[in-house]
Amino acid sequence: MPLLIRRPSDIRPSEITSPEHFSRRRELIAALGLGLGAAGLALPRHALAAPAPAGVSPPTGFPPVARAAPGSPWFSDEAQTPKSAITSYGNFYEYGVDKADPGKYAPGLLKTRPWTVAVEGEVLKPRTFAIDDLLKLAPLEERIYRLRCVEGWSMVVPWVGYSLSALINKVEPTGNAKFIEFVTLADPAQMPGVRSPLLDWPYVEGLRLDEARHPLTLLGLGLYGEALPAQNGAPVRIVVPWKYGFKSVKSIVKIRFLREQPTSTWTRAAPSEYGFYSNVNPAVDHPRWSQKTERRLGEWRRRPTLPFNGYADQVASLYAGMDLKKNF
Amino acid sequence: MHQSPPRRSAPIPLPPYTPGRGMLATIKIVLFAVCLIPAVRLATALLGDNLGPNPIEELQKDLGFWTLTFLWITLAVTPLRQLTGQHWLVRLRRMLGLFAFFYGCLHFANWLGLDMGFDGELIVDDLTKRPFAILGFATLLLMVPLAATSSNRAIKWLGGKRWQALHRSVYAVAILGMVHYLWGVKKIALTTPLIFAALLAVLLGYRAWDRARRFTPAGRGEPPGGMPRVVPTVTVQPVRFMERPK
Repeated sequence: MPLLIRRPSDIRPSEITSPEHFSRRRELIAALGLGLGAAGLALPRHALAAPAPAGVSPPTGFPPVARAAPGSPWFSDEAQTPKSAITSYGNFYEYGVDKADPGKYAPGLLKTRPWTVAVEGEVLKPRTFAIDDLLKLAPLEERIYRLRCVEGWSMVVPWVGYSLSALINKVEPTGNAKFIEFVTLADPAQMPGVRSPLLDWPYVEGLRLDEARHPLTLLGLGLYGEALPAQNGAPVRIVVPWKYGFKSVKSIVKIRFLREQPTSTWTRAAPSEYGFYSNVNPAVDHPRWSQKTERRLGEWRRRPTLPFNGYADQVASLYAGMDLKKNF
Repeated sequence: MHQSPPRRSAPIPLPPYTPGRGMLATIKIVLFAVCLIPAVRLATALLGDNLGPNPIEELQKDLGFWTLTFLWITLAVTPLRQLTGQHWLVRLRRMLGLFAFFYGCLHFANWLGLDMGFDGELIVDDLTKRPFAILGFATLLLMVPLAATSSNRAIKWLGGKRWQALHRSVYAVAILGMVHYLWGVKKIALTTPLIFAALLAVLLGYRAWDRARRFTPAGRGEPPGGMPRVVPTVTVQPVRFMERPK
């Protein structure tokens, strides 16, 4: 099975600010300023605020992130959706049914620390990861992915994270593990939407293990170089860019490795509309609307939807021989 | 101007009120302006980029909401006037119904132009394959004859009975619009549509109840022996076509 993934162009380690230097940056800058002052070089104050070099995230305690640059497989020259749109528009029904609800309510309600993710099921080394462990499990990379919602809108998001396979390898799935299930937090105190009887909570989604291990499948921890905003599924989520957005589970508290295919929340709610695979596919319409086109946020004209959301060359082989109209 | 027949009993202690010509004109102008507020606000928000990151979708949802809202208000006129005795309210019904049609047309135009971008292939695709879209389109088409025959001249031309029979299809319009709305949302977002459905059930249920009540033998004025005559609490008013020019 040839994986047509270009290897990331290595960012030289020298370009990445070490965490130690990063956490001490203010002292270092201050020391530099004092030194310059002592030398009698009266620099204007703003000169001390040097622009952040590539690979440095803003001072939020979030680790440094290797930026996606041209040549990297995670780079895309498509216009990125502004952060204001990414954080003010989306479906996160734990916070309400309006697209603006998550942005309004999640930041004030969701407590992302302490946070743990229990990994269990068909694994040799079941383990509960604290969020800080996950931030250090593998180097954080920026990955610019298209996100296509099943409703027909899309955006381009510079996520931060690493391949989920890094975590999978740590827990060593047994030979029986064929599927993986993700579970979102369902705490009514933090998520008023889970009081709604109209959907089963907690929100669960699943992938086949080979899909979960695919390098494109991201364990998302940030976007735009910073920690994930609450409304985008803080502190840790999954991003599967070739599937409709609802497959990309937010605010994960549990990951289970299973022998049998799990039933996703939306599949249970409307089996004829939301299948297990839910690969982006312009040839298979939603029962109520066409999937041939999509509206990219910020654009007026619809644009054609691409098979596997434009990632067909990398993932189509996962589905060789399958009838994707049946396995929608 | 219609004269109220003598009443045996006032159902609700509101004095029957009939606005004068000038007063009615003023009420209509004010109502017209109020009915335009949602359209003006949406247009301002659209031009000022205040509809959020997906303005076309927001516009589509809002215009659909206002279509049904005006339709429901239109359907509330008859129960309201019967229950309160304020029969002049019926003289506002045409404008309310036409505003429902107006918002329905904007809802359709937004879909056709801004959402589909007048792409013939996409439009035909939706209108031939997807019951949800077909239902919405059918609802609007059913409103066309009602809007087209809303003038006094049309009432005169059709004659009251036929006009009334035609305009009873507003119930079908409401039911189809309701199904279109329910069908258009995900299960989790059913709350608002279900409120609309409950209100529609009340509006249609009232009519069924009223009809059943009037068609009892007592209501027809032939009380069965020994039973006290049931006096309707509201007298049925022959005011339906009072806007016919004299």
